[in-house]
Amino acid sequence: MKNHLGPLAFLLVLIAFPLAVRDPYYQHLMILVLMWVAIGSGWNLIAGFTGQVSFGDAAFFGTGAYTAGLLAHKLGMSAWWGLGLGGIFAVIIAFPFGWICFRLRGAYFALATLALNEVMRHTATIWESLTEGMVGILIMQTFVSKIPYYYIALAIAVVSLISVQVVMSSRWGYYFVSIREDQDAAESIGIDTHYYKMVSLCLAAYLTGLAGSLYMNYMGFIDPTIVFSLHDISIMAILVGIVGGVGTVYGPAVGAFIMVAVSEVFRTGGFGLLEKLTAATGSPVMVLVTKYIKEAHVLTFGLLVIFVILFLPNGVVGGWRKSRRSH
Amino acid sequence: MEVFVQTLVAGVLKGGLYALIGIGMTLIMGVMGIINLAHGQMMMVAMYLTYVLFHYLGIDPYMALFVSMPSLFLLGMFIQRFLLNPLMKVESILPENQVLMTVGIAMVLTEIARFIFTSNYLSVQTSYSTKAWYVGEISFSAALCVAFAFAALLSAGLFGFLVKTDLGRSIRAVSQDNEAAQLMGIDSERIKIITMGIGAALVAAAGTLLLPIYYLFPDIGGPFTRKAFVITILGGLGSTVGAIFGGVTLGLAEAFGATYIGMDYEDMVGLIIFILVLLFLPGGFKRLTKV
Repeated sequence: MKNHLGPLAFLLVLIAFPLAVRDPYYQHLMILVLMWVAIGSGWNLIAGFTGQVSFGDAAFFGTGAYTAGLLAHKLGMSAWWGLGLGGIFAVIIAFPFGWICFRLRGAYFALATLALNEVMRHTATIWESLTEGMVGILIMQTFVSKIPYYYIALAIAVVSLISVQVVMSSRWGYYFVSIREDQDAAESIGIDTHYYKMVSLCLAAYLTGLAGSLYMNYMGFIDPTIVFSLHDISIMAILVGIVGGVGTVYGPAVGAFIMVAVSEVFRTGGFGLLEKLTAATGSPVMVLVTKYIKEAHVLTFGLLVIFVILFLPNGVVGGWRKSRRSH
Repeated sequence: MEVFVQTLVAGVLKGGLYALIGIGMTLIMGVMGIINLAHGQMMMVAMYLTYVLFHYLGIDPYMALFVSMPSLFLLGMFIQRFLLNPLMKVESILPENQVLMTVGIAMVLTEIARFIFTSNYLSVQTSYSTKAWYVGEISFSAALCVAFAFAALLSAGLFGFLVKTDLGRSIRAVSQDNEAAQLMGIDSERIKIITMGIGAALVAAAGTLLLPIYYLFPDIGGPFTRKAFVITILGGLGSTVGAIFGGVTLGLAEAFGATYIGMDYEDMVGLIIFILVLLFLPGGFKRLTKV
């Protein structure tokens, strides 16, 4: 219980957050952070704990989002049904994929997930009679205020953290880690590696699909390039996992916070700080700097990938644990 | 029948270029044991180089080969030396760090290109861009034929290099068994740097040869990276002969897909092949030919 005191205290802070911070912009950012906690936990489960790196989380995310969207758009049901079904449909995609592709190992499996991502995006683009193609799907949001979305996102984030915690302290968790450390050795001591990799993938897909259907409900608009995006979803999920700490339960939560903050700082030019500086100084140099920094947010993303891998391969949480252990 | 033969010709010619892309990828794959997901983006860099040389200095794209190939050779060596080799010493939980690193490099290259050249479509218009030779009713695009000839020449040259020279033998040795090669006194880090350079130079050649008949924008790298790994999987990982077959097969499949199914599906064809190969022929053509 003692180990959980910190996270519990933090949870109380998060519950109080929208009551204290009334600015909808910061509430919006926190909703994104919580959504990424769920996606990051999913990625961390299959990649960080089980060692099967996925480059195609967007496939599951997009499936969840499209499930919610199509329920509302085609069947006239509430998109909130998607929260229940989005994860399940993501698992329906993940199951045959894993069945076929888990015969591949390491980097080749990663490639197969990348291909799945592309196939899903092309399918969503081409199959216009079902998905409206590039036009996208627009639904009416249920709530005007951001607070209900915030609490739903918080619930999803907490559920994903708890489920990862529960799974990883159970027998399954040890199977997952043994597969990551040495698949042949795991197989030789009688672990059905194919089966447990499937379990891990399906759990991860479920969490990611859940986050996807939340995204649909919250944002109200999706198209194939948004939800099946390789850079904005799949790579972001990897970054969230790696920055936070590969193979740690709370790593994705830290990573989600850092990554959303970083991408937002660059997208908005330091929360509009640079623009204020430009106005204050009036120098043309600052105008240029502001313009370039806003344009360069994908570039910084790429640079971040490079630096994180080179200097922080085990993430903030992992790196901190390691340095504490060595003392 | 004419449509069929025409499609066949177009597919084979395009396949020659794809083979060039695939050989670079498969060499890197064999020696480094990683998939280089920045492969298409290196090609994009070479294409922009060619564009600049043509547009500002009036240098013919075929002459630009002599600039783009060495430049990309250096870029590839730089990437391997300063970004990928250091990763071997970094202790981390996930062994896929290097693949992820190439994704980061790909993003950076694309965005730098967008920074300099914006997202506009560019093209190089030469006197031979739209020229074609006719045999009966069948047209042979002049630029594609020249590109095919160059591709064949370069592949033959590479084979000679790999089979006959000392360096080529070292590369093959590292690709067969890294540790054994090191025990035989081969500096495997140096070999890796050189191999990355060669792979980059080959894909640079493909990019430069493709430019007169293609258009250019910063995001062009992604689709070609995907084509490259489809070719590599199709041909068998690390197999140079396989890459040539894989390239021609992908060229043919895309051409027939575009003619008989629809232009929309051209990109899908490659991915479907990828999945079919995984399902029915894991190991690719390499498994059939044992080369």
